[in-house]
Amino acid sequence: MSAVVAEIEPPLVEVEGLAKTFDVSAPWLNRVVDRRPRQFVHAVDDVSFTIQRGTTLALVGESGCGKSTVARLLVGLYTPTRGRVVFGGVDATAAARPTSMRRRMQMIFQDPYASLNPRWKVREIVAEPLREHGFGEGGEASATDREKALVDRVGALLASVGLAAADAEKFPHQFSGGQRQRISIARALATEPDFLVCDEPTSALDVSVQAQVLNIMKDLQGKQGLTYLFISHNLAVVRHVSDQVGVMYLGRIVEIAAKATLFAAPRHPYTRMLLDAIPDIHMSGRARTPVQGEVPNPLNPPSGCTFHPRCPHGNDRCRVERPALLAFGSARVACHAVEEGRI
Amino acid sequence: MADPLLDVRHLRVEFPTRRGTLVALDDVSFEIAPGEILGVVGESGAGKSLTGAAIIGLLDPPGRIAAGEIRFDGRRIDALPYEEMRKVRGRSIGAIFQDPLTSLDPLYTIGQQLVETIRTHLPVNAAEARRRAVRLLQETGIPAAEERLEQYPHQFSGGMRQRVVIALALAGEPRLIVADEPTTALDVSIQAQIISLLKRLCKEHGAAVMLVTHDMGVIAETCDRVAVMYAGRIVEIGPVGSVIHAPAHPYTTGLMGSIPAMDEDRARLLQIDGAMPRLTAIPSGCAFNPRCPQAFDRCRVERPDLLPAGATRAACWLHAEPLRAAA
Repeated sequence: MSAVVAEIEPPLVEVEGLAKTFDVSAPWLNRVVDRRPRQFVHAVDDVSFTIQRGTTLALVGESGCGKSTVARLLVGLYTPTRGRVVFGGVDATAAARPTSMRRRMQMIFQDPYASLNPRWKVREIVAEPLREHGFGEGGEASATDREKALVDRVGALLASVGLAAADAEKFPHQFSGGQRQRISIARALATEPDFLVCDEPTSALDVSVQAQVLNIMKDLQGKQGLTYLFISHNLAVVRHVSDQVGVMYLGRIVEIAAKATLFAAPRHPYTRMLLDAIPDIHMSGRARTPVQGEVPNPLNPPSGCTFHPRCPHGNDRCRVERPALLAFGSARVACHAVEEGRI
Repeated sequence: MADPLLDVRHLRVEFPTRRGTLVALDDVSFEIAPGEILGVVGESGAGKSLTGAAIIGLLDPPGRIAAGEIRFDGRRIDALPYEEMRKVRGRSIGAIFQDPLTSLDPLYTIGQQLVETIRTHLPVNAAEARRRAVRLLQETGIPAAEERLEQYPHQFSGGMRQRVVIALALAGEPRLIVADEPTTALDVSIQAQIISLLKRLCKEHGAAVMLVTHDMGVIAETCDRVAVMYAGRIVEIGPVGSVIHAPAHPYTTGLMGSIPAMDEDRARLLQIDGAMPRLTAIPSGCAFNPRCPQAFDRCRVERPDLLPAGATRAACWLHAEPLRAAA
């Protein structure tokens, strides 16, 4: 992504101050009897980013950091508590999201065993979004012609992800995990979307199959100019697919930067810790600092900067004051130590 | 090499089914020296967990060892009666499984489980067992070990539970630990902690480890030697550095190339087309031949054994003598 393009073309996706709070209180009667207060989880808190057309933003973080919630907020599976999502210049958080916008935004889920209906043939699975969005309707064509066009379209979609057109007559259980994930991709591509939200699309797959799926996703991006939001916990995969990377911790983005910047010069102590935690496959003898502690309970997050109990650079200010996401060079980092120049 | 601690020879595991017998492991041979860490790597269904289960005598019926033998410290353990095997398991061979929650009994405190394990295997009284339990928990890096003994598994986080499971595996002072995907269920930052803990403790206790995992990174960090499995057989075995930097089997090459790396940029990942065959339809000859970019006629008819290939041994006809002489 070049800076010139960024200036002339507005971003395809803009997210501003997005927040989602879940009410996880005990049932009313238990609260009254046990005198317990209501409880809330701030799953996503004040998340902002933009994605340029044709590029990939990856969100990384450990379990429970809110990355999947961001994905679901973007496609409209959850309604945000605060903040807004602007898609192609149109507010996507408005109560009535236009159907045309739903057509342009699709999602790929993590578990290809759970996201395909086992009773449907692949043809019906891939054709469903086409029917839903009125594929071929309104023209002069007869119903049989329309059906034939639909079958052709499904065949072409399957071919684009490396499956045979004849696979359309099979059921999901006849496919391996990697092939099922390709079916999910074909279904997501059916409505010719601009933007794909991929929630850990390869986490359930073996490495050799993961390579096949990642290659297909990259090829499709090159051919069709797709924009991706790629959610993953695997930094090596993220480094392979993304243009921009956001690191999340307990519902907030702690660092967001271009891929090259983030991996060459990570600023936030949590980003550094995550990078250090990756096993070194080439045994280069890279020095690693052992990781400290575990992710705190999101129900009761630490005060100030939520990372301070695990942070080697934490001080009194970190314990009380929550750092804002500030620009440092080309990266944006939420850390007092970086701001004060201590690290 | 000194006498191996574990010696597996021509192990074959079968699952009789109504539609015929499935051969899940075929002619698997390897050994582990005292104190050595052997990694077993492969994709889902390669038979790596099954190898571990066969060694600790916990094959799920109807699975059975159909041929071959497993020797621990010179003694055959593959055909021991159930009660005899129970004594070996825990005392001589410890086990760590993937999911720390299912490895612990939710109805007993951590202390009860540790003390019971210690007293089952070692001739110590209750007070001594408790002292040992506290020491084990401290060694695994659990803070406030004394108080934690009185707590139940649900009061521990995932990483802490896996530490308890490691403590349990070490409780009988075994000489071999079979660890089946010990870090797969954990987050990356916790995974690094658990791997270094496992490595350090086994070294301190002088225990050898058979580490089963699908994660090549974990293998590279931890193991001395690695065995790569494919469709129920070992396709390559050798020192970790050689297997990773100079793989001799085309499958290992493909596997290494398909892993996104942190220190190099590639537009595309190396891709092995297709998927591992099902047990019902293992191709003739070399099981990898339909996916292999270098397959030739011999691969389709004749099955290769492990042949010397540089610093490692690989089951691949590319390393057969006449061909190498011709090359």
